[in-house]
Amino acid sequence: MIIKGFRLLLVACLAFLCACSDSGWNNPYPSIEDSENIFYGSFSERPKHLDPVSSYSENEAVFTGQIYEPVLQYHYFERPYRLEPLTSETVPEPIYYGHDRKYLEGDPLAEDVQEVVYRIKIKPGILYQPHPCFALDEKGDHLYHKLPAHEIEGKTKLSDFSSKGTRELIAADYVYQIKRLMHPKLHSPIAGFMTKYIKDLGGFGERLREVSIESGGILDLRAHEFLGAEIVDKYTYEIRLSKKYPQFKYWLAMSFFAPVPWEADAFFGQPGMKEHNLSLDWYPVGTGPYMLIENNPNRRMVLAKNPNYRGELFPGADEDDAASLMPYIDRAHYSLEKESIPSWTKFLQGYYDASGVISDSFDQTIQFNTRGEASLTEDMKSKGINLVTAVRSSISYMGFNMVDPIVGGTSEQSLLLRRAISIAIDYEELISIFANGRGTAAQGPIPPGIFGFVDGEEGINPYVYEWVSNQAKRKNIEVAKDMLFRAGYKNGVNVSTGEPLTLYFDTVSSGPGSKVMLNWYRKQFSKLGIDLVVRATDYNRFQEKVRKGTVQIFSWGWNADYPDPENFFFLLYGPNAKIVSQGENAVNYQSKEFDNLFVRMRSMANSNERQEVINRMLEIVRRDAPWIWGFHPTSYTLSHSWYGNAVPNLMARNTLKYKTIDVSSRSQKRKEWNQPIIWPLVVIGSLIIFALIPAWCVYIARERARLGE
Amino acid sequence: MELIILKTDALFFILIVCLLTYVFYASRKEHLARPWRIVLKRPIAASALTILGFYLIIAILDSIHFHPEIEGSSSEPIYSSQVVSLLDVVLKPINKNTETTYSAPFAIYSYSKESRESETGQIVRAYPRLTYAGSHLLGISEVRSDLVTRSLSGLGYWVFVMASLCLIVAVFKVVKLKLSLVAPRNFSWFLRPSPARLAAMITFATVCLLISMIAAVGPYYHILGTDKVGHDVLFQGIKGIRTGLLIGTLTTLIMLPFAIVLGIAAGYFRGWVDDAIQYLYTTLSSIPGVLLIAAAALMLEVFMTNNADDFESITARADLRFLCLCFILGVTAWTGLCRYLRAETLKLKESNYIEASRAFGALSWSTISQHVLPNLMHIVMISIVLDFSGLVLAEAALTYIDIGVDPSMESWGNMINGARLELAREPVVWWSLFTAFLFMFVLVLAANVFADSVRDAFDPRIRELD
Amino acid sequence: MFILLEKEHGSVSSYLTRRILYAFPILIGVNFITFVLFFVVNSPDDMARVHLGNRYVTENSINNWKSERGYDKPLFIALDNSGKKIFTETIFFDKTVRLFTFDFGQSDSGRDISYDISERMWPSLFISLPVLCLGLLFTLSFALLIAFFRGTYIDSSAVILCVSMMSISGLFYIIGGQYLLSKLLQVVPISGFDDGVASIKFLILPILIGVVGGLGHGTRWYRTIFLEEIHRDYVRTARAKGLSEKGVLYLHVLRNALIPIVTGVVALLPSLFLGSLITEAFFGIPGLGSYTIDAIQSQDFAIVRAMVFLGSVLYILGLILTDVAYTVVDPRIRL
Repeated sequence: MIIKGFRLLLVACLAFLCACSDSGWNNPYPSIEDSENIFYGSFSERPKHLDPVSSYSENEAVFTGQIYEPVLQYHYFERPYRLEPLTSETVPEPIYYGHDRKYLEGDPLAEDVQEVVYRIKIKPGILYQPHPCFALDEKGDHLYHKLPAHEIEGKTKLSDFSSKGTRELIAADYVYQIKRLMHPKLHSPIAGFMTKYIKDLGGFGERLREVSIESGGILDLRAHEFLGAEIVDKYTYEIRLSKKYPQFKYWLAMSFFAPVPWEADAFFGQPGMKEHNLSLDWYPVGTGPYMLIENNPNRRMVLAKNPNYRGELFPGADEDDAASLMPYIDRAHYSLEKESIPSWTKFLQGYYDASGVISDSFDQTIQFNTRGEASLTEDMKSKGINLVTAVRSSISYMGFNMVDPIVGGTSEQSLLLRRAISIAIDYEELISIFANGRGTAAQGPIPPGIFGFVDGEEGINPYVYEWVSNQAKRKNIEVAKDMLFRAGYKNGVNVSTGEPLTLYFDTVSSGPGSKVMLNWYRKQFSKLGIDLVVRATDYNRFQEKVRKGTVQIFSWGWNADYPDPENFFFLLYGPNAKIVSQGENAVNYQSKEFDNLFVRMRSMANSNERQEVINRMLEIVRRDAPWIWGFHPTSYTLSHSWYGNAVPNLMARNTLKYKTIDVSSRSQKRKEWNQPIIWPLVVIGSLIIFALIPAWCVYIARERARLGE
Repeated sequence: MELIILKTDALFFILIVCLLTYVFYASRKEHLARPWRIVLKRPIAASALTILGFYLIIAILDSIHFHPEIEGSSSEPIYSSQVVSLLDVVLKPINKNTETTYSAPFAIYSYSKESRESETGQIVRAYPRLTYAGSHLLGISEVRSDLVTRSLSGLGYWVFVMASLCLIVAVFKVVKLKLSLVAPRNFSWFLRPSPARLAAMITFATVCLLISMIAAVGPYYHILGTDKVGHDVLFQGIKGIRTGLLIGTLTTLIMLPFAIVLGIAAGYFRGWVDDAIQYLYTTLSSIPGVLLIAAAALMLEVFMTNNADDFESITARADLRFLCLCFILGVTAWTGLCRYLRAETLKLKESNYIEASRAFGALSWSTISQHVLPNLMHIVMISIVLDFSGLVLAEAALTYIDIGVDPSMESWGNMINGARLELAREPVVWWSLFTAFLFMFVLVLAANVFADSVRDAFDPRIRELD
Repeated sequence: MFILLEKEHGSVSSYLTRRILYAFPILIGVNFITFVLFFVVNSPDDMARVHLGNRYVTENSINNWKSERGYDKPLFIALDNSGKKIFTETIFFDKTVRLFTFDFGQSDSGRDISYDISERMWPSLFISLPVLCLGLLFTLSFALLIAFFRGTYIDSSAVILCVSMMSISGLFYIIGGQYLLSKLLQVVPISGFDDGVASIKFLILPILIGVVGGLGHGTRWYRTIFLEEIHRDYVRTARAKGLSEKGVLYLHVLRNALIPIVTGVVALLPSLFLGSLITEAFFGIPGLGSYTIDAIQSQDFAIVRAMVFLGSVLYILGLILTDVAYTVVDPRIRL
């Protein structure tokens, strides 16, 4: 009886659900949004920083890229990647000065250059998004800049401030942001790095720190000048570098060099703001096509069209065509999605517009044609899903700690050991099992698509591969065994001591699936008879071990900051060694010859000559084998038929503005794909009722018997 | 063969010795033996005990570790630094056949396609044949008949084993009792057994049947498929037994002394001892358990990093982590038992005979050991069996949030954790999850059923109800 | 529960005062343990590195980070100072004092913890409260039903069913439920959360799984309690007076069994705020359970500290509530 009541309640609940959403019961969004031009995406980890001065990671760039506009951007379609102006008039060319500020023409040698000047002129008339920090009162003073404490009390969201204003973008905002890199209270990840290049930046940081201590932490950066970045006029500013650094232009396309209005700091810097989660880290202020209107990192982040946006022409579109003015999508909803299964399922149900391919559903999604090219399965094609692939400009490698007594050093023995292991670890198999073939085995540190990468027979690593019938083939394991023997280990047993060889592998263990991966690594080493001890740990501990140089073998990866070989070779540059300078050379590789070539290569423009130098560098590191070169992952992105202009661009971050969504097609498909299936529930329900019948019978019988007494 | 004893092995053997001593002791004392006889009279409990016995034997086999000798070395034997257990040797026919990746139960083709070069030189993506499973067959059509033949031979093994067991038992009886074979009534216990004994015998026979089937079919097929890197899933499930069983028993072993000593001390001595102990367990139990375990897991990680040289093999590392997990689970679990024991001691202390014993000037120590402790044993017994299944289940949940056993260790938690993603595959890879579920379910069910009977038999309150 | 219960002391209010005073040393102890565990593992330097990211980090920015969050002081004892300051100028003292005023401050990543807790408390409650109430209703009615049929084959098969359900790991319920209802049948969204009424469709599945998962254990537990009551003398008397079996169950057994039931439930109430770690992680529900897990994984000590403290406070609150509940349902017991 009670049970029946519950069942009724449950049915009522379900009925209520049906009533409130006619677009599939499993629609995670309110049904009124069905007809709106909204992009649906997900984020797996809450972005830590949205302040351009400290934002560095990929998941933050999803947001900052749409909001902040640095002076340059990558062309959306052209490959190899090319920079084009975003807010500036032109791509600035470096102007070189020698001793005594003598102007140097053309491409001078690095030694001669004493100063480099980038003069940047921005477009006039660009407006910031509406934001309370710009709001003015009748007298023209800023409305919210000197708020009394009681007015901040009780305000927890930006929308709690009713008035909003805007202002034109000026050159001073860019200079202001460069100064912010050194603000003692903001921790810019690139501050230390940039002091090596931008003139007077380090000294400026010192001065700021002193001032900050004197003034008790309150700083107005506008009052402090420095040589490295100066305002020329309202729309022009100059950046001065102390040495030649052709890669600097790439930094100008990153959000570290985006404009920040001083008003934002004045507004968010008020006491009490930070305590109420009101800071530039959570509420960015930019000139870009989108602005962040909801920031609930526990659940959802929402970008909306910036009403003040000037409208940028779609690449290659006709200038008069008003319809081709970007951005196209009105809003973008990003939901927190920690587990891969739900997000994949939602993508298939049409509730996310684009998705990566998770390894476990690969065969369901992708098939390879007779030439080994990836394409979608019939099932996916019939849903209208599109696939785009691109080799990512990153590398996942296995490093040997070069200061380790066994695997490190330059002795013949260790060299042979490293090479033998390089051959034994079958990265082709790893790619096939764990990445479903989504990757290319690396021949050296430089990924395809970056200058310096050589394809074909000339590009193979001759110490590990052979060129057989037009493709690179890993050398036979016997070759590795022989090398190991020459290194003094017979079948993994040290010939002189009789001890079996045991090596230690440090890695970050992350959740499910890591176990099979670790077993796989052990399997590879056991081919040579080497016993591999895997020391899986958390990322912190792992980093600490690498920092102290106590690792032996470890796996790590690097993702390009910009498309230049320098960004990969510097991972092997001697002075960058972890244990020397806490740099990025995690294997602590040291080679005089390589270092000299690196310094040369770094300041060269892309040319045949540079390729020559790079080839020599590649030969050195392949010979010394401080890394097992690992592989370059390929990114596979799936998108639904209604999602337009999905082009792989691994450098550009501000890609949302190019995208389009066909709303009516989407809501129709969603309806089609999400018909709930209820009959099994009915069956289960009736089964339960059925099971209760004998109980009922017993009850009746008992009551009868009792009455009979 | 170079025998090595891991820390958990040692503790496990200590535990088994304790168990045997207890069985020996209890069989001599009528007041202890009586409730156990009640337990064993229940058919369902006897059947559960049989299953637990099988699990225990597997765990014992899996706890005898050694370094195997490297073959082919000439004069002096060289030992590999790998650690294998006796169980690995027993299960070698199942374990050695490692495929490349997933394969379904009894499949002879791989579960995922692979690019291969066909005879015409084109790249074809097709399901490759497995390297080991069914490699003696020509094609898929032969699988069925081959399976039937092999199952029949398995049945043959079983009949043989059963028959010889019966014979051995009969001979043993004859020798022991000096009976003549012609008097069938002397075998009445065997021919017309009590319900409990029948249940145990049927369970035993069923498990034996399963084992002989595995022995007949296992070396040629992957009975429960293979995992992502081609390891046999059945083997993993069996290996998980030791982890599951040990986490349930070692945790108890570790926490028991604390709980008993502190619980009795608090209840018996009262005063500041009581206050201090109460403070200790209230503080500990008010910290959310997961946080305590997470912090301890991280702490251990640091310890191992700093003393990396002490851990020669991956097994030793995993073993220490496992031991620590047991320890920290014990720390979070002892407070409950401690509280019960304290309350019970308080009650006992008020009772006449302890008052009397104290009045005669007996030492606290002897009073406790002679009067208090024996009267608390039923509570300890009940809490041990009741906690066991909870701990086995906790292992899986903790592994999910990455603070459970070492990823290199075979455990059901690790299997479930890895299998989570497999459910999203199309077609679904269900066998890892199923295997973990099956092995875990059988163990926990047997433990729960057994625990129920133990509680019913030992708890005086409930005994009155029946 | 405690000694205080056994001594026959005065009024409820003085009892409460004593209990609250007693909570202080416990909370300090809890905090001490958290500190030791956390800082044996993590030096403040480590924490800084985690939060500053892994690329191009300098010594300077680490020092900055530490001093901003007050991690630059010594841990427990400041030997550089003299007098009282040896103990007060430490991280432990500083952070503990703030906790006791419920000023959780900011997380190491710069969010206001109190605000986050107040936001994330609701999703946790939305799940745990219905699970508790529905679970209680179902388990109680099943248990009554089984108690009614005690001794029959229905009883024994129901007990076996309960034990079987108990023997299935909670993970299987979640994985299976999600797979069946969301993926195959497409009846409910697979994960996510929304505000207000719109959240119902997200909550159905986790609540259903929570209820079903607890059914085995709960039913068996309450059955035992009911059976204990049924065997008491007063029930026999009532039955002898000719009361129907149904009447006996409802009027006497259920009412008397309420004492253990209510006190058991009351002890649970405060912990409902903390939510379930695993359910929340699986269903993407932004509750306090997933908050804690995230904090552990990102090593955000400020949040972990706050959550441990809160957990302990709620636990102690639960103990006090249990004692109070005892006196309410059973007037014979005095505080």
